[in-house]
Amino acid sequence: MRPDPLWQLTLARLRMFFREPSAVFWTFGFPVALSIALGIAFRNKPPDPVSVGVWSGPDARGARRVLEALRAAPGVVVREYYGPETRDLSTGKIAVFVRPGERIEYDYDPERPEGRLARELVDSVLQRAAGRADAVPTADRAVAAPGSRYIDFLIPGLIGMNIMSGSLWGIGYVVVEMRTRKLLKRLMATPMSRAQFLWSFVLMRSAFFFLELPLLLLFGWFAFGVGVSGSIALLVALALLGALAFAGVGLLVATRAQNTQTVSGLINLVMMPMFIGSGVFFSTARFPEWMQRPLRALPLTALNDSLRAVMIDGAGPRGVAGQAALLAATGAVSFALALRLFRWR
Amino acid sequence: MELAVRCSRLVKKYDEVTAVDGLDLEVPTGECFGLLGPNGAGKTTTVEILEGLLEPTAGDVEILGMRWSADQAALRQRLGISLQETHLPDKLTVREVVTLFRSFFANGRPVEEVLDLVSLSDKGRSWTEKLSGGQKQRLAVACALVSDPELLFLDEPTTGLDPQSRRQLWDVVLGFKKRGRTVLLTTHYMDEAQRLCDRVAVIDRGKVIALGTPAELIASIGGQQVIAAQLDGALADGELSALPGVHRVTRAGGVVSLAVEKLHESLPALLALAQSRGAALTQLSTHQATLEDVFVNLTGRQLRE
Repeated sequence: MRPDPLWQLTLARLRMFFREPSAVFWTFGFPVALSIALGIAFRNKPPDPVSVGVWSGPDARGARRVLEALRAAPGVVVREYYGPETRDLSTGKIAVFVRPGERIEYDYDPERPEGRLARELVDSVLQRAAGRADAVPTADRAVAAPGSRYIDFLIPGLIGMNIMSGSLWGIGYVVVEMRTRKLLKRLMATPMSRAQFLWSFVLMRSAFFFLELPLLLLFGWFAFGVGVSGSIALLVALALLGALAFAGVGLLVATRAQNTQTVSGLINLVMMPMFIGSGVFFSTARFPEWMQRPLRALPLTALNDSLRAVMIDGAGPRGVAGQAALLAATGAVSFALALRLFRWR
Repeated sequence: MELAVRCSRLVKKYDEVTAVDGLDLEVPTGECFGLLGPNGAGKTTTVEILEGLLEPTAGDVEILGMRWSADQAALRQRLGISLQETHLPDKLTVREVVTLFRSFFANGRPVEEVLDLVSLSDKGRSWTEKLSGGQKQRLAVACALVSDPELLFLDEPTTGLDPQSRRQLWDVVLGFKKRGRTVLLTTHYMDEAQRLCDRVAVIDRGKVIALGTPAELIASIGGQQVIAAQLDGALADGELSALPGVHRVTRAGGVVSLAVEKLHESLPALLALAQSRGAALTQLSTHQATLEDVFVNLTGRQLRE
C-alpha cells in the first residue's frame, strides 16, 4: 500500500515544525507574550485630574474665593503660586494658570487640548460659584463603549500580524533552506508532484492557523475580556483567507533566493512596511490622507481592517467583501506567479 | 543486448568551462557500471544529465529506452537516485524519511524491507541528525531503493566514509545487482570501482579516456605488478624499459612506476642498474597493479591530485 504523498508531505512539514522548539515559540508564544506586555502597558486608567495653578500671593485679590471654588470641584488639583507668573505652565506641570482679580485671567496654551479643556472647566466652576445659573437643564450618563480599549484594537492586529509572519517565515525561509541543502533537487529526482509539494506548505499553514487563531482569541477573551461582536465563522473565514494569501506571498519570496540570508532580507523587506503601515499597533488613520489609498492596498491592512470590522463593529460579510476580495486576489496572483517563477534546484 | 543507459556525443558547457566534452556511454541492463575519475573530471555533471536533472548543451540521452523530453514522468517512477550531497531533514526519523520517499512512487518496496536492506531497522525511530556519516549515506541509498528501481544512480556513495561503512554500502550495491538490476555509480576510489563494477569508464576532463572491465584496464598497462620508486640521479626511461620484464615506464610527481610481469626478474635488475650508475633509490615499493596505475599511466597524474 502506498502512502498518500500530499498527506506525507504535509505530515513531514508539521513534524519538522513541532520538533523545532524555537519555531514553536515564535509562532505561538511570542504573540501571546506581546499581547500581555502591550495589554499591561496600555491598560485603561481613570482619567487624569486637571491641574490648575492659582496665584494666591498677598497681592492677589479674591484668591481665597477662587481657591475655595476650585477645591470643591471634582477632578481638579490645585497648586498655589506666590507670584503672578510661573514656568510650570510651559513644562506641563499645570494646564492653566489662574490670576484672580476684578477680572479673572487665564494663562494657557490654546494649541494643547488639555489646556483648552482645563480653561473651560475652571471657567465654568468659577462662573457658577459667582452665581451663574445653567440656562438649560442637562443630565450626564457614563458609557463605556465596547471595543474602545487599546487591547480591543491590538488583538485583531496581532492575529493579522501572526498570520503574515507565520506564512512568510514558515514557508519562505523553509523552502529556501531546502534549496540550499539540495533537498529540493533530491525531491525533483523523484516523481513527486510539484503542485503537491507547494500545496503541502499551504495545508501546513492552514493547520497551524486552526491552533493560532483560537489561542489568541481565547487569550484575549480570558485575559482582557476581548470579545467577537460579529460572527465567529466569518472571522475564521477571513483569517483563513489571510493565511492563504500570505502563503502565496511566502512562496513568492522563496521562488528565486539561493540562500537563507537573501530570503531573510526579502521577508523583512515585505513585512516591514506592513508592520508599520497596516495598523497592527496603531491605526492607519495616523498617516496623512495621501497615504491612505496605498496603505489600504496592502494585504495586511485588508486583513487587519476586516478582522477588526468583525471583532469590534460586528460587520457582516457585505461589510468586509472588499478586503476579502483583495486578500483572495493577493493569494491567487502570488501563488500563480510563484508556480511559474519557482526555481526547483 | 538491452541498454539501460545510452548517451552519445554528450556535451555540457558552462560560461567558460566545458564540463563534459563529447562523452559516449552504453550500459547494458544488469551491469554495474562505474565512472572513475578525479574530482572535477565531469562525473557528477554527466550523471546529473543522465538523471534528467541537468539539461545537456548537446548530445543524445536514452534511459531505459526512453527520453527525458518525452517520458519524464514514467522514467522518474523507474529510477533510484542518490545525489552526491543531500541533507535530508534533520528532525525527521529514518522511517519517516523513507516513508515520505515511498509515497512519491506508484510502486516500490515496503519501507521496513528497505530499512532492513541497508541495516537501519534498529535506527528507524532516530532523527536523521543523530546518524553517523555512514548511516546517513545508507539512508540516502534507502531513499533511492524504496522505489524498487530498475536503474540505480549513485554519485560518490562512499566518499568520506570509514572503511567499515564503505563495505556495508558495497554489500547493499552488490545485493541490488544480484537481482539483475542496473547500477551506474561514480567514484574516485579505484578499490571501489574494482570491487563493484563490471565495467569502468575512466573519465578525465569531460572525456572517456579508457573503457573496459577492471581486469582489462589493468592488463592494458602491460604488467600485473608495479614497482614505484623515487630515483635520485639520471636513469633514462629507455634504460628502464630495457630492463627484463618491464612493460611500461611512467613518471608522475617525481615517482617512477614500472609495470612489470614478474617482480623477481625485474626488481633485482633495477637494483643492479641503480647501483652500477650510483643512483640512489628511495621509497621503493611494489604493489599489485590497480586502476590507479591505469589512470597514472593514461594521464601522468594521480587520481587524487
